[in-house]
Amino acid sequence: MNSNLISNIARFIILLFLQVLILNNINFAGYINPYLYVLFILLYPFAGNQSLFLFLSFLLGISIDIFEDSGGINAAACLVAAFVRPNLLRFSFGISYDHQNIRLANTPFGSKFSYVFILVLIHHFVFFSLEMFSISHILLILKKTLFSSIFSVILILLSLTLFSKKHR
Amino acid sequence: MQQIFNFLIRNKNSILFLILFAVSIFLTVQNHSFHKSRFISSANWVTGGVYSWSNDLNTYLHLDEYNERLIQENEQLRNMITFMNDSISIEKQLDSTSFEGDYLFRSARVINNNFAKTDNYLTLNRGENSGIEPEYGVITSQGIVGIVDRINNKYSRVISILNSRSRINAQLSNTNHFGSLIWNGEDPNVVQLIDVPRQAPVQKGDTIITGGRSLICPKGMPIGSIQDFALDQTQSYYTINIKLFNDMTNIGYVYVIENVNKEEVKELEETDEQ
Repeated sequence: MNSNLISNIARFIILLFLQVLILNNINFAGYINPYLYVLFILLYPFAGNQSLFLFLSFLLGISIDIFEDSGGINAAACLVAAFVRPNLLRFSFGISYDHQNIRLANTPFGSKFSYVFILVLIHHFVFFSLEMFSISHILLILKKTLFSSIFSVILILLSLTLFSKKHR
Repeated sequence: MQQIFNFLIRNKNSILFLILFAVSIFLTVQNHSFHKSRFISSANWVTGGVYSWSNDLNTYLHLDEYNERLIQENEQLRNMITFMNDSISIEKQLDSTSFEGDYLFRSARVINNNFAKTDNYLTLNRGENSGIEPEYGVITSQGIVGIVDRINNKYSRVISILNSRSRINAQLSNTNHFGSLIWNGEDPNVVQLIDVPRQAPVQKGDTIITGGRSLICPKGMPIGSIQDFALDQTQSYYTINIKLFNDMTNIGYVYVIENVNKEEVKELEETDEQ
């Protein structure tokens, strides 16, 4: 439990700085940035306290917003992602989520992929909608959402594979 | 009463979600309204400190480039000095493409620069302690960068011209037809000049400079050259795409411009209104 707490705090801090110092400056093809910090929301213990989880996601988002001068768009996107996560877990992992303690590293690739992809898509859609803040730019929002999502998902799946603990 | 509490406890996550969501929407909306975002900005000591630390490392990688730019600027300034010494004639004195009014320049280093979002900001490593105040213009030797928006003791935040809320007065260099400089959020090298009257002689490749109609920037700072243009829906104003002289994605050092006579001009304008 204790090591869990420490690893979550460390993940929070590392992802925050990784995002603001490196990833937000990539600007691939002009505007595509990966948002790796969604990993915090993806990996937060599934059985943990939901209220605390919502609050921490908000805190992570708002910290990035302060660095980026973007008002509250990261915070809102993180909150929505954290709020829909339980439903998404049930959708992707089915009954095993309700009854057993699943580990992301041990799940089949298909359900892991759908979990990551849908959560990232929701996060990015809220993020870019709020960033543009106008319905008339809906095509640009969808374009940015799609391309950034692909980039983020690839990076997230890579880091999941790289940093997953071998479980025997 | 009991039922109300039960309801609250049962739905505590949804309620927490709604409250925090409302907070973030509030901050977003506030950030979208010009000059009103007061709570959160990167000009505070935590983020300013982190950015200036990371920028210290980063600057070393670009020293060559900065030197190159300084040499170019020195060359330009030296040419101007010899030119002035050579020909102190009355025409030259009256030709007012040189800056009007009294302006004070301060150098500063950009420690954080955005250009890929719709609303972009820069953070500078100078603040109130160095005499910088909101609404000062920010330029490089090649063109305009933005306007100071918020300050604290050591850092200041600049609204980049690549921001949907930035509006800067600009004009054609060969005539006095002017318009507002905005950005449509697409290409960080191209900005738009709107509301230029139809009768203006607009031509591809013409230079666009800052107009002297605001107290922020001196008249005649270069901005960019005309890439293409079209009439807007009313058919009476041009919308012009401008290729910036500045590379907004790569800015190291900037100058902050103070208009020394700002208070006097403001005072005069206010007495006029009464």
